[in-house]
Amino acid sequence: MRRAPLLWIVVCSVAALLTVPTLFLIPMSLTGGSTFQFPPPSWSLRWYRNLVEDRGWRDAVMVSLQVAVLSTPMAVAIGTGAAFGLMRLGARLRLIGAGALSAPLVIPNILIALAIYGMFLQMGLSGTILGLVLGQTALAVPFVLIAVLARLQGYDRNLTAAALSLGATPATVFRTVTFPLVLPGIVAGGVFAFVASFDELVIALLLQSPRTVTLPVQMFNAVVEAADPTISAASTVLVVVVSAVILVAQIGWTRRSEKRSGSGA
Amino acid sequence: MTTTAVLDVGRAAPVRAAGRTTGSRTATALLLAPAVIASLALFVYPLARIVVVSVTEPTIGLHNYAELFTDGYTLRVLTRTLLVALGVAVLDLLMAFPYAYAMTVCSPRVRAVLFTIVLIPFWTSALAKNFAWMILFQRGGLVDEFLKATLGIDYPLLGTTPAVLIAMSQVLLPFAVLPLYASLEQIDRRLVDAAQGLGATRGRAFRQVYLPLAAPGLVAAGALAFILSLGFYITPALLGSPQQTLIAQLIMARVEQVLDFAGADAIGIFLLIVTVAMALLSRWVSRRATARKEAAR
Repeated sequence: MRRAPLLWIVVCSVAALLTVPTLFLIPMSLTGGSTFQFPPPSWSLRWYRNLVEDRGWRDAVMVSLQVAVLSTPMAVAIGTGAAFGLMRLGARLRLIGAGALSAPLVIPNILIALAIYGMFLQMGLSGTILGLVLGQTALAVPFVLIAVLARLQGYDRNLTAAALSLGATPATVFRTVTFPLVLPGIVAGGVFAFVASFDELVIALLLQSPRTVTLPVQMFNAVVEAADPTISAASTVLVVVVSAVILVAQIGWTRRSEKRSGSGA
Repeated sequence: MTTTAVLDVGRAAPVRAAGRTTGSRTATALLLAPAVIASLALFVYPLARIVVVSVTEPTIGLHNYAELFTDGYTLRVLTRTLLVALGVAVLDLLMAFPYAYAMTVCSPRVRAVLFTIVLIPFWTSALAKNFAWMILFQRGGLVDEFLKATLGIDYPLLGTTPAVLIAMSQVLLPFAVLPLYASLEQIDRRLVDAAQGLGATRGRAFRQVYLPLAAPGLVAAGALAFILSLGFYITPALLGSPQQTLIAQLIMARVEQVLDFAGADAIGIFLLIVTVAMALLSRWVSRRATARKEAAR
């Protein structure tokens, strides 16, 4: 570290670029004014109160939660099933299948949104919660599939064979060996699916109706149409929640790996 | 279904192909069916549908595509989009390479900190990040005041392409750092030490040993940033100017304002072709770099 001061100057600048701009959301959210003027002319908690009390913002949070809560389990079930299914195919077919099923990841979201919007408009699903749930599920399945597949591919099959040879029934093997080993992949995929759905803008923007405004759409409109500072309170809440979850997970993970590698580190 | 699934997962891979029963084949089909149906209904069919719409409305023919090349506007937007994407890819590589490299040589504790610093913006709401840039770039904002005070430049960044470029690079940076770190971590550092032990200078060992080994990872990370930039909507919509739109804004505007679905579909398909071409190109370059790496061994 001492040998390359230049490297560490660059690293610190990059770290600052990644984190510092977002920090300005916090003072912004405490503004007493009703514009995006920065630094704020006065201080207050009025935009946090507005976030909780205003009908539009409250509804947007509820719609987003509802969509994410409905689409995540669907994506987890579909993606996990597909990952197990793919593992039963030959190596070549598995590769092709995984590629085809995770294609939505590579294709620009704007195009998927456009395609789904056109179809849903025809089917009368535009502007419904069901439409949003289906759209978000389609985008989320690949995340789950990839996470579970990665976990399954690293899975040592001898463990199952050993458990079976020791007399466990297949169901017991699944419950006590396979499932616990694959669970981290399912959880990671599920978390990713939830966050991706909660943060998705383009599909939600196209499919919106007055009753199905999601939080990202409400935030987008707050900037583009209304210049509503409540967005800074909403952004701050999102950033703080995400940061807290990641910090706790990181600390837990570091502790565990330190414990596992003995007292040394 | 689960029971047979477990049994089959448990079987060793080579044995499996030979000893498959009809029952297990049904189970495989049942496991895959929901994903295949979802993919066909929500992905393949809608995409096929817009391809059809783009060549049949208002009349059959390729005029929607011909218009892209002749309206004198779409091509300019596409060129601008490609240039911004290229700029983002270059900026992100310039920042991600030293950062990811540092992650491979530091202590585990520092690595955990650097990891956390990348993960937080990775998971943070895209709207929150872009809105933060809007506050900084606006007229009278901190960046504007800073530029005026130090360099005497009166150039509010909000509503300009440089603002889009900077913000997009920041938003996409984790997508470059994470795969690049995964790839650099695989490099055997003893090779660089060996080169130096054999008398190469540090610079030469880096250029002739480390850089070729890192090339596939660099290409992949740069390509990812490039491809993700192509379809970006939030950043240009919030920070860019209506006079300098990028292609995603053009698609949204066609649909939302003009209700010209066929035109939007044609632009979308065009974007898809460009994206796929770029993805294939990067894979080819990356493969060649890997092949050269193998040959060098």
